[in-house]
Amino acid sequence: MSNEQTFSVQEITKLDFELFRPAIKEDSKLSIVRPSLSYWQDAFRRFVANKQSLFAFTLAHVLILFSFVGPFFWTIDPTYQDNTSPSTPPTLGRKAVIVGDAPTFEPKLAKLVETVPANSHTLISSVSNLRVISTPTTQRVLLEWDPNGVGGGYTVYRDEVEPLGDRWGVPVGDIATPQQFNFEDIQTLEDRLYYYTIVTKDFNGEETDKALTIPVQVLNAIDLESARTFVADAKLGAVIDLPAAPLGTDSLGRDILARLMSGGRVSLFIGVFASVLSVIFGIALGGVAGFFGGSIDTVLMRLTDLITGLPFLLFMILLKVVLNVGPGESGITALLISLVVLSWTGTARLVRGQILQLRNSEFVQAARMMGASSGYLIARHMLPNLIGVILVTLTFQIPSAIFTEAFLSFIGLGIAAPATSWGAMCNDAIQSLLTRPYEFFAPAIVISLTVLSFNLLGDGLRDALDPKLRSNE
Amino acid sequence: MTLPRVLNYLKYGIKVALMIEVLFCLGFPSIGYSQLKLKTVTLALSTEPPNLDAGRATDSESFFVLGHSMEGLTRYGKDGNTAPGVAERWTLTEQGVVFYLRADARWSDGQPVVAKDFVFSWRRALDPATASEYSFILYPIKNAELINQGKLPLEQLGAVAKDDRTLEVTFEKPCGYFLGLTAFATYFPIREDLVQRTKDRYASNPESMLFNGPFKLTTWVHGSSLRMERNPFYWNKKNVDVDVIDVPYITPDETARFNLFKTQKIDILGLNKENLSNAQREHFKLRKFTDGTVFYFSFNFREGHLTANKNLRKAIRSVFNANQYVSRIVGIPGTIPGTGLIPAWLNGVNGPFRKEFPLIAVKNDIAMGKQYLAAAMKELKLKSPPSLVWLTTDSPTATKEAEYMQNLLKTTLGIQLKVDKQIFKQRLAKMRAGDFDIVSAGWGPDYADPMTFVDLFTSWNGNNTGQWFNKDYDQHIRNALGTVDTQTRMGEMAKAEKIILEELPIIPTYERTIIYTHSDKIKGLVRRAVGSDPDLTNVKIAD
Amino acid sequence: MFSYAMKRILIGLMTVYAIATITFFAMHAVPGDPLMRAKVVNEVVRQNLETKYGLNQPLFVQYVTFLTNMLKGDFGISFTQQNRSVNDIIREHFPVSALLGLVAIITAALGGIVGGAVAAIRRNQWPDRTIMSLVILFVSVPSFVFAAFAQVGLAEIKKKFGVEILPVAGWGTLAHLILPGLILGLGTMAFLARLMRSSMLEVVHQDYIRTAKAKGVAPIKIFIRHQLRNAVLPVITFLGPAVAAITTGGFVAEIVFAIPGLGRYFVQAVQQLDYTVIMGLTVFYGTYLVIVVIIVDIIYGFIDPRIRIAGA
Repeated sequence: MSNEQTFSVQEITKLDFELFRPAIKEDSKLSIVRPSLSYWQDAFRRFVANKQSLFAFTLAHVLILFSFVGPFFWTIDPTYQDNTSPSTPPTLGRKAVIVGDAPTFEPKLAKLVETVPANSHTLISSVSNLRVISTPTTQRVLLEWDPNGVGGGYTVYRDEVEPLGDRWGVPVGDIATPQQFNFEDIQTLEDRLYYYTIVTKDFNGEETDKALTIPVQVLNAIDLESARTFVADAKLGAVIDLPAAPLGTDSLGRDILARLMSGGRVSLFIGVFASVLSVIFGIALGGVAGFFGGSIDTVLMRLTDLITGLPFLLFMILLKVVLNVGPGESGITALLISLVVLSWTGTARLVRGQILQLRNSEFVQAARMMGASSGYLIARHMLPNLIGVILVTLTFQIPSAIFTEAFLSFIGLGIAAPATSWGAMCNDAIQSLLTRPYEFFAPAIVISLTVLSFNLLGDGLRDALDPKLRSNE
Repeated sequence: MTLPRVLNYLKYGIKVALMIEVLFCLGFPSIGYSQLKLKTVTLALSTEPPNLDAGRATDSESFFVLGHSMEGLTRYGKDGNTAPGVAERWTLTEQGVVFYLRADARWSDGQPVVAKDFVFSWRRALDPATASEYSFILYPIKNAELINQGKLPLEQLGAVAKDDRTLEVTFEKPCGYFLGLTAFATYFPIREDLVQRTKDRYASNPESMLFNGPFKLTTWVHGSSLRMERNPFYWNKKNVDVDVIDVPYITPDETARFNLFKTQKIDILGLNKENLSNAQREHFKLRKFTDGTVFYFSFNFREGHLTANKNLRKAIRSVFNANQYVSRIVGIPGTIPGTGLIPAWLNGVNGPFRKEFPLIAVKNDIAMGKQYLAAAMKELKLKSPPSLVWLTTDSPTATKEAEYMQNLLKTTLGIQLKVDKQIFKQRLAKMRAGDFDIVSAGWGPDYADPMTFVDLFTSWNGNNTGQWFNKDYDQHIRNALGTVDTQTRMGEMAKAEKIILEELPIIPTYERTIIYTHSDKIKGLVRRAVGSDPDLTNVKIAD
Repeated sequence: MFSYAMKRILIGLMTVYAIATITFFAMHAVPGDPLMRAKVVNEVVRQNLETKYGLNQPLFVQYVTFLTNMLKGDFGISFTQQNRSVNDIIREHFPVSALLGLVAIITAALGGIVGGAVAAIRRNQWPDRTIMSLVILFVSVPSFVFAAFAQVGLAEIKKKFGVEILPVAGWGTLAHLILPGLILGLGTMAFLARLMRSSMLEVVHQDYIRTAKAKGVAPIKIFIRHQLRNAVLPVITFLGPAVAAITTGGFVAEIVFAIPGLGRYFVQAVQQLDYTVIMGLTVFYGTYLVIVVIIVDIIYGFIDPRIRIAGA
């Protein structure tokens, strides 16, 4: 204290030194004071005592273990595309019938019995004896019927539900001649029940109401070579068990559970690392701006405005060019840079706002009076009081980083195919949200769990660290 | 920021505030019109028409509106052939064509449609100052290209209005498909007095447009809605059954449109693969048509790209299974898997081109592919299968396609695909610069003639992205371009297509099929690959 | 106060200028250009177009032209909609976005503040647990999903029971505003609730609250006078930029519900590299953001008299 210099030596010598004896160290056996703990010891003690925090801590570890250790137990390759069963709902027991190469389809034509007058509409009838030739599988469904030989040909329909009136489902084939009596369906087949309808067309090529429908149960097909990887002595025509897909497969036949594990490694890393980086960045800039104020505040806060005001998609494109991320490369650095640049502004604004409020609060004023240095003020008085806001933003940065990563990867700046992430899985599955919701729910649930665990962890940490809550126990 | 700008923003603020007040206090203006039994077809468009200036329009939404509100000398008939439009008859020769305009063709202000309206419109589209992107489609007319380059005055165009009802067109060289072109939007008439009056804002709103088609645009709220009503001056109005075409929704979201159809807010709905199951469950009456677009993988032939090696291309062709590709990636059953460059919907001499000039089906054969690859590696002096750059865009389907191909080539040939994902314009930039090995692309027809496809791979075509140059191919196309004899033209183009399938500058993947549904009251809806689609001019509306 | 505001506005103008300049050069540095179309534009036509839009001039000349026109309040003609000016686009579509944004912000602010406060007061009891679960749901699941499910639900109800609770999509009436507004505000609401809960928790145990309680002040009065006022600061901080972002960036809601807002145009413009629209909207949005931030800084002073921003 510089004030001491102003006391004169004489004044000091006048004092009675007897008044200044060393205090006697008393044995305080009667200790009603709680043990003297440092700030951090106390924080740790309170954190561990909180059941909620422990639960969150465990959950976070479960997610980490799931992603990093899981692949040792669930060994399916996340990039393996199983052509036998794409878009399979969660299942433990899938079966497939082993099929060989399908022979090339040849249209079969019946001999024309007699020439029919062009306008003999009354002769137009539906086909009869519609039947399936050989086992209908996802590889192909082969239909044959007895043709009526009159009219402008047929339309083949396929329906996932039982037809209603002339609502026969999806038109899968056009047959131009009434003599043809077979049809091969090879596209987009799934192992389910279909209803096939053959509709007779009139001489103008318009559909009539003459139709015949049969139900067809389609089986999963697997080729011999693939089947041998599961069952060594597999034979054509045999039905074998396929490995389970507890969370189903995606539209390219990739195992969702395996993808969830490999995606977790990306998402957890990006989610946590990028968030922490951006929050640290935000705290530093916002803290400096709020604490020092004046022109530093102006410059830094206008910089945040500037960053917020720039059209971010445009800059992401530019960043990709500048950082020269080549085709097929995962630009992790570019990704981290863009995630941090994109998200620090929010934290900076919040921290600055809080510091402005704290800067003029009584305890800070007092500390300042007592000559505390800026660093000390920030570290001991400001930061602990900011912990609530910081942890909230940190928690919220996680899902936002996970989804921003997915978006950036989607536009080609981030994780390159075939690698994936939870966010990317969500985005892919959104396309088929209403038809195959399970594809969406798997990644959405793990993202929610991650957010939940960090949210609770944040709460626990805040309770432990926040000085304002210390006195309440 | 200047003071007027601040005031402007304030004005917006006040406007918004007023809007809210009006909304909350006065209740809402009802949008339900007191319908006097008007026969209305309601639609949702995916985007708003960017430009309804016939001379400058380039996209399908604009073509839809223009196709209903305007009419060319000819129009697309029901079966894809050309039918008389403003011209009631014509005489076509090697040198040119003379159109005779019908007397009762009128503009929506009652004035007759005359030959000079066409001449003005075509000259305007070719005027360098207009900078029309589709001006090239007028090039079959004598001197058109030179005029467009600014090397000749507009008056030199080989299209002369002999009198109000006679239009004489001279060709640059014989043009066998010219009558198909005159149904195209760039060939529609435009009134000179209107353009002079409205200047830059021509066709930016219904007030700055005149119509000579079956309908006239009456309201257009940008980004939100538009409405077309029966044009009382249309010469053939008695054959038009629809009174109103109402477009109250503009959204690219497929599910939103699905829900709008489901709740009977719109009458026509296209279905993507994700909505197909739901459509079956809802028992929609599903129909299909081909929109004419052909998709393919295009290889790069520039210096230093391994894909210039024929055996490598053949190897990839051999392992590619078009039906599996359709099942996994396209997902629309009934899609025609890619066989050749010329799609199945195009006509040849008397019937479908594909029937008259059949192709030999290519079967996928992995063992064969491996042989081709081995040969390619020998020629290229490679020790291991190469890695190639796959240029693609940022759509969900493109992403899936890239992952599918990456897996396919890796598991069958051991070729590593490096996926280069770019946003729309950046992908185009890379395509044009030749910065890729393989790119997935598609081509939609400009007119209903195989020429719109085969022309693509000539050495002089700027859209030949892979820069594959083949002298024989060029010669066949030149032969086809030099005659109006259909038999010769089709024959030459078929020969050209054979070269494509042998040399493989591209691997055709599929021809797009659209599955759609419409409400029961619409009868006789025509969908087509070229021109305005869907065509509501000929439909009947049941009460 | 007045001189402070003037100074802030001046600095704000400089910020907008910087945003415009950086965006201008970044936009031109990005590969591709607005004249590039899916089908190659013939060389002659391309030159004609370049002349028409002045793209054949040196970049710096284009920049100067842009600045001069911007000062006149003219951003030029859109490249994709060749007969609409950028000013028309802003004038016609911003009110739509603003109205939608307003509904979203009001829902988000009310829902967030009340939800967060309730969660804090009933900490670790069922209201807190419910609200926090919803918060986690809303931030971990993209808003598109809620939009899609809500829409399907509405369509299903309409089909099954013939009742139209709310329109499925479209624009024009109050009913058209509710669902998109709500969906647009969900993410912000969740964040605000979490933020509010956190800052409320810090406030509820403060000495002055205890004092007020001891003095017998009515709980509702304590809540509004002491707790809310002291806890709302971070909420205001966050709300500022959020207002700017929501009223211009309701892209997803606009697409799903077929709403003619400005957000669509912005996203499209960047994808299409529509130079004039990018610049127009960036400057417009930048100005808007700067104004909102200034207002937030001024509001700070009203909420907490201890805060005096330097220079004020």
